[in-house]
Amino acid sequence: MADPQGLDRRGFVKIVLTFLGTIMGAVIGIPAIGYLISPATRAQKGEAWIPLGQVEKYPPGIPTLFNFTRTSVNGWEKTVNSYGVFVLRSSDDQVRVYSNMCTHLSCRVSWKAETQEYLCPCHDGHFDIDGKVTAGPPPKPMQQFETKVEDGNLSIHFIEA
Amino acid sequence: MAEKVLTWIDERLGLTGIYRTVFDRKVPKVNWWYTLGSASLYLFLMQGVTGIFLTVYYVPSPSHAYESIQYIMHGVAFGWLIRGIHHWGATLMVIFVFAHMLRTFFMAAYKYPREITWLTGVILFLATLGMGFTGYLLPWNQRAYWATTVGTEIAGTVPFLGGFLERLLRGGSELSGVTLARFFSVHIWFLPAMIALLIGVHLYLIIRIGISAVPHEDD
Repeated sequence: MADPQGLDRRGFVKIVLTFLGTIMGAVIGIPAIGYLISPATRAQKGEAWIPLGQVEKYPPGIPTLFNFTRTSVNGWEKTVNSYGVFVLRSSDDQVRVYSNMCTHLSCRVSWKAETQEYLCPCHDGHFDIDGKVTAGPPPKPMQQFETKVEDGNLSIHFIEA
Repeated sequence: MAEKVLTWIDERLGLTGIYRTVFDRKVPKVNWWYTLGSASLYLFLMQGVTGIFLTVYYVPSPSHAYESIQYIMHGVAFGWLIRGIHHWGATLMVIFVFAHMLRTFFMAAYKYPREITWLTGVILFLATLGMGFTGYLLPWNQRAYWATTVGTEIAGTVPFLGGFLERLLRGGSELSGVTLARFFSVHIWFLPAMIALLIGVHLYLIIRIGISAVPHEDD
């Protein structure tokens, strides 16, 4: 039966259904999408000052490895990651700390005393004592950490990628 | 333009024909009790969708099942909602399927020519209970563990075959990670596949034969 305003029963039902359908779609759709993308919306950026002990115990002029672990929680799972840093104390008591992670593909580099360089065993990357790339595929110099010394205790500002 | 596209598609897929056969059926004058089948179907689809969403985070292993559900409830956005719908939907589905069966029985709708519809319905009802039984273990909490201990032990009281049935359900002599894995598998693959298939037969028969009218006093 046609209504005086020209809106018949069928048209009315259509409009109401579209309206309610949109609301219902949103009420169901938004939680569904939120549920799926939830873990991606929480980027964990861990940062901390990691104590490396007394500065004096590091021999001057020789890069010395220091290992530590950090715990991260992904979902319900705890993961313990280990990290290594090279501490280089210059004679004038300036300290520089480098990550032992190769800037090429994250293998661990080691200090070679005989050639006075860092060597990455995976793809033959070479860095000099200042962390600069001297040969091989690494695209960037070794990552250096911000340091501070308080009462003779060294710590580094560690930022998780 | 839109109409042209729709006509083009319809000419090739015959959607209008399917729509007419499925939805424009002649039905006798019936009451609200006759909507329980549709309600059960809707609940099954809902359980399917929320169940698929739960598998995104749930891990069926003794060391992770409980924690992964804690994570769904407290760590994931709307996880409580998805799991809540699945939890209450399960209970509702058992009630609705059972009420649907009672209605069919009391309205004598199982008689000729609808015997096969009834038989598939009986299996569907048992499969629904199976879904409830297997799903109950998955949270891997104390209640789930002991309910399944009791449930599988009941199977063990069957004469002659009992011991074997109990070991079959448990995947060994004791309740273990093997039990959890097989209950999960049955819950998300075997039973849903069977239910979907039987719903197909059930619905085909309803469309083919039509639904029965409310019995008359003189029948």
